[in-house]
Amino acid sequence: MTRKDITVAYLARVEGEGGLSIKIRDGAVAEVKLRIFEPPRFFEAFLRGRTFAEAPDITARICGICPVAYQTSAVNAMEHALSVQVPPEITALRRLLFCGEWIESHALHVFFLHAPDFLGYEDAIRMAADHGEVVQRALRMKKLGNEIMRIIGGREVHPVNFRVGGFYKAPARRDLAALAPELEWAYGCAVDAIPWAAGLTFPDFEQPYEFVALRNPDRYAIENGRLVSSRGIDAAVNDYLQWFNEEHVEHSNALHSVVSGRGPYHVGPLARFNLSFDQLPSPLQDAARAAGLVPPCLNPFKSLVVRVVELAYACGEALRLIRDYCPPDPPAVDCRPRGSTGHGWSEAPRGVLYHRYRLDDTGHIQDAKIVPPTAQNLRMMEADLRAFVAPRVDMPVDRLTWECEQAVRNYDPCISCATHFLKLDIQREG
Amino acid sequence: MAKTRKPTLAVWKFASCDGCQLSLLDCEDELLEVAAAVDIVNFVEASRAVAKGPYDISLVEGSITTPHDAERIHRVRRSSKLLVTIGACATAGGIQALRNFGNVKEYTSIVYASPQYIETLSKSTPISDHVFVDFELRGCPINKYQLLEVLGALVHGRRPVTPSYGVCVECKRRGHVCVAVAGGTPCLGPVTNAGCGALCPGFTRGCYGCFGPKPMPNTSALANYWSAGGMKRLDVVRAFRGFNASAEAFRRESELHDT
Repeated sequence: MTRKDITVAYLARVEGEGGLSIKIRDGAVAEVKLRIFEPPRFFEAFLRGRTFAEAPDITARICGICPVAYQTSAVNAMEHALSVQVPPEITALRRLLFCGEWIESHALHVFFLHAPDFLGYEDAIRMAADHGEVVQRALRMKKLGNEIMRIIGGREVHPVNFRVGGFYKAPARRDLAALAPELEWAYGCAVDAIPWAAGLTFPDFEQPYEFVALRNPDRYAIENGRLVSSRGIDAAVNDYLQWFNEEHVEHSNALHSVVSGRGPYHVGPLARFNLSFDQLPSPLQDAARAAGLVPPCLNPFKSLVVRVVELAYACGEALRLIRDYCPPDPPAVDCRPRGSTGHGWSEAPRGVLYHRYRLDDTGHIQDAKIVPPTAQNLRMMEADLRAFVAPRVDMPVDRLTWECEQAVRNYDPCISCATHFLKLDIQREG
Repeated sequence: MAKTRKPTLAVWKFASCDGCQLSLLDCEDELLEVAAAVDIVNFVEASRAVAKGPYDISLVEGSITTPHDAERIHRVRRSSKLLVTIGACATAGGIQALRNFGNVKEYTSIVYASPQYIETLSKSTPISDHVFVDFELRGCPINKYQLLEVLGALVHGRRPVTPSYGVCVECKRRGHVCVAVAGGTPCLGPVTNAGCGALCPGFTRGCYGCFGPKPMPNTSALANYWSAGGMKRLDVVRAFRGFNASAEAFRRESELHDT
């Protein structure tokens, strides 16, 4: 028997702690495991007994890279539970804050975490020696995303201004307007980067994915929407759990999510792009087409190009929201506790993030459930690796290892997030 | 003293959200300069190139929550000349230290009923409970300018300068209206260490204690003030049980009211 093992003890350029092992026996892939050893932090357990108002700040701490997604899903769920409707000015400001997170996260992933793989560098700092301008521009875009979060939220990691019902304080119009020139620059810069990204070399690899993403009737979904899939799912937020199941596997501190009775699915930029391409502004549709990117795009490595398209979209959308900005007054609507269950979701940079809370009459959390995007993608990531390695078993181990890492990074995995809901399993067993 | 090489920097992660190490990448204007001043030789979130120790400076994010990590932190300490903890998880156990309270026994038995989780300790503890720490940087998340100050200081061989007073001082300096006195909003500012720039009062909300207790905080006076104003006992407990719940002063005060 010929044996070949690919082992990555500690996956780099991902958020959180995970490893990878692939066993090849007699030229065939015998086993693929994404090992998630990020220690569990038991968020759903200690959310019990906290008040509804605390959920956005507490759940933000699940992830330092997408705190706004956590805060948004949490407030969506709480407002659903409390039957609160926020006025459009508040929704628009949340969307703007969220655009900041998309810009920051996508600029980070595309240029710092993923592009080095395509260009053959260990990291962006080494890449900067040869591609200084690309890295400098990326830093400037990333900084702009952070700046949006800082002005609206107070700081880039774990913003403090988000609350159930709205905001503590609406930012001044002039503070936001000051961002417009830089956003115009960033929009142009991101649009220019689309052909650059499309010009990278992509492995020949396509998979028949079921794509799952939010879809909003009016615009490219970010802060809310209905859940749709490329195989017919069309669900309101309270139906989420009817469509999906979580399975426990031994080698992972995170549960694997599957479409009930069907199998793994794909969330994130590629899913959003394929399901809502028609909602991108026509100049961006044209730019994507000109770069050879048309839906359905089934090559997960091209998610890098899609992220650049979304980066441009988020810059343009932020610009529109700032031009139309009308400070919500009052900045938050009144929320009265009542016993009920609320569901909420949003499109984190890496995919759908679902929250559900059961509240008692005094607004204290009885039960919480959080399904992060990376947990939904884990099974798909393993399936990708299996399919990717099969025709490449004869590649040198070093090269194949690096390409497998790259295949995992297609999903911009956030392993810290993925781990935090394993506690659900514990509670069922208790 | 002639420098023959740049100091080496390693970044380590334990139980955490990654936000504090992300703060290093969030230094967009300074990142390339930092990379020029120190050799970032082990930073898994940013690079697949990892060099063996020893390291001149180690930044440690996260708390200790597993037996494996309780061992690993000793290896990190042994390979580091200077060890700096970054953030509330590493300096106080973080939000996950909420497991240290109340129903620990019940909770642990639930956890240990499942063999997959046998690797989980019943408590989340700060790095300083396990090894000697040269410098602690507070915050949930840390302030990235304080991180730059620490790196700059260590590169130049001087002691980092970070505030050792309360949020109230920062708040007054910024000219915010006091949310506690003028607005009747519960605020942890009087007992919380400065570092964030009094962010929350600037947004008309009360401080919720991201930077942990300041030196010699009078937590009892604050709790009594709240209680006299009609705050419920469990709300007092919750106020002290946030992202620095296991920091000594906050832990003690919350336990006094958790009866």
